[in-house]
Amino acid sequence: MKLNNTVLALAISTLILTACADTEDKDPSLLDGNPANSDGINDASTNGLNNGSGINGSEMGGSNMYGSGSGGASNLGPEFSDPSNPLSKRTVYFMLDSSQVQQDFVPVIAAHAQYLLANPSQHITLEGHGDERGSREYNIALGEQRAKSVANMMKIQGVSESQIGIVSYGEEKPAAFGNDEAAWEQNRRVVIDY
Amino acid sequence: MVFFRYILLMALCSVNASTSYAALTIEITEGIESALPVAVVPFASTGAPVDISAVVNADLERSGYFKMLAEQAMTSRPSSAQEVNFKEWQSLAQNYLVIGRVSGAGSQYDVQFQLLDVYKGGQLLGYKMASSGADLRRTAHHISDLIFEKLTGKKGAFSGRIAYITSSGAVNHQSHQLQVADADGFNPQTIAGSAEPLMSPSWSPDGKRIAYVSFERKSAAIYIQTLATGQRERVAEFPGINGAPSWSPDGSRLALTLSKDGSPDIYVLNLANRSLLKLTKNFAIDTEPSWSPDGSAIVFTSDRGGKPQLYLAPSQGGTEKRLTFTGDYNARGSFSPDGRNIVMVHGSGGSYRIAIMDMASRAINVLTSGPSDESPSFAPNGSMILYASKKGGTGFLSAVSIDGKMQQKLVFNSGEVREPAWSP
Repeated sequence: MKLNNTVLALAISTLILTACADTEDKDPSLLDGNPANSDGINDASTNGLNNGSGINGSEMGGSNMYGSGSGGASNLGPEFSDPSNPLSKRTVYFMLDSSQVQQDFVPVIAAHAQYLLANPSQHITLEGHGDERGSREYNIALGEQRAKSVANMMKIQGVSESQIGIVSYGEEKPAAFGNDEAAWEQNRRVVIDY
Repeated sequence: MVFFRYILLMALCSVNASTSYAALTIEITEGIESALPVAVVPFASTGAPVDISAVVNADLERSGYFKMLAEQAMTSRPSSAQEVNFKEWQSLAQNYLVIGRVSGAGSQYDVQFQLLDVYKGGQLLGYKMASSGADLRRTAHHISDLIFEKLTGKKGAFSGRIAYITSSGAVNHQSHQLQVADADGFNPQTIAGSAEPLMSPSWSPDGKRIAYVSFERKSAAIYIQTLATGQRERVAEFPGINGAPSWSPDGSRLALTLSKDGSPDIYVLNLANRSLLKLTKNFAIDTEPSWSPDGSAIVFTSDRGGKPQLYLAPSQGGTEKRLTFTGDYNARGSFSPDGRNIVMVHGSGGSYRIAIMDMASRAINVLTSGPSDESPSFAPNGSMILYASKKGGTGFLSAVSIDGKMQQKLVFNSGEVREPAWSP
């Protein structure tokens, strides 16, 4: 029995040595393939981080760069901060999977349209957003539809197309974190950004 | 100049060293019952900086196909075939045995391993390979690929990489990063970072470039970035949506979504001459294009029927046909590498799950439990699907086998992680 094992082991080791010798020179892919590629990834991040080609430059971490609805309103009149004035509301909320403006928000949009008509040099950006459910790129499309619904209501009242910019962030810039309806209803929105 | 290069090299080395940790840990939440018992004996080593056998053991375990023998249960630790007593491993109920040794020092190592059949008492694989110190993990993943393919008949996917988006920070003050990591979560590298959202990473078929969406200029634009150099190019910045880039299988074209003419439509951008082919012409939402493996067709999401469903269009243009009819929400379709299946986000009853459709029978098989699963991406060998989930206010990645029997959760150290894309 002991002898058998030794013979077997010897036979196997011969087999293995042959296999090793065979493969040592024959498989250049193991030497030239992915291992070499891995260096590339390191380069990418280092270069990407160091050369500051716009993306990692001044915008990175610049907390003033965010276009939130309530920011950047310092040059606007007192009516924008008067809670009894519809101009103080700059967020329009939507139902699930819908880009139809709800009745509650018609006066808000109308007030902003009137302001834009009276101030033809004023430009706004309508930021469309969605909640986190469903796929991300579809939510980008949905966010754009919501922003366009608001833009169309303004245009019907005579606001010039050149006064309105549109950008959709889909679900990428939530107003509230969380995986429940309380968060979702805050995120399905269009922000009127002056 | 020589001096300068030396400095740069030092910088690269230090970056490499500081990022050589796991960005994530992987928990197998559901394994398969028929997992094969395999013992990977710790390799004999003269102080290599990477524990090769531990990496191989973790790879094989993570695949779910194997039941790995714990090191404590081993009664001997052979590193050469002469030292192996097959009876001993038979009594431990092991089918296969992996042994090996690593020799060398500093920057150059020789890694040798053998895969042995415990019951037949013979060798199934035997390799000796040279590896630089920096490439030892990658060499270990190659060993895992070789063993996996020998034992399952399927190509391994351990040498691959994953791209994904991470975010951290408070509401309205988030920062976003596009990262690339090894398939086991090690060596995460940030290839782009921004205070504005980054989205939709898509690998070029040769694995050398990634297309993605960035809002860094306060509107959407599509960039192509070369991983090796970090160089990037803005290839689409039209008014409105610039989204959902997807490489053609031959690498010559990029399918994408633009809304420059009104509603979002699918376009094909020729990367050589920058010509645009408008594929869909519809007032509804058309988005999320993805190519069939032979390049002849593009699957996409459209709500032209009222709700988002998957449609198929010839990639040169032509008659579009609807693919999905089950459930009230089917989106973000993409083909399996063999073209036989399409994986998608399947919404039903307010829950969004990952589902797979057999292209021959059009039957849909729901693979995950939801409620908020998205962004499915096939492993290059077609055996697993990587996807993103949301629970408890955070986003994480999961993987599921195409039969749904095996599930893994990939737990990152911090921040939200989403939109995984497995490299070709």
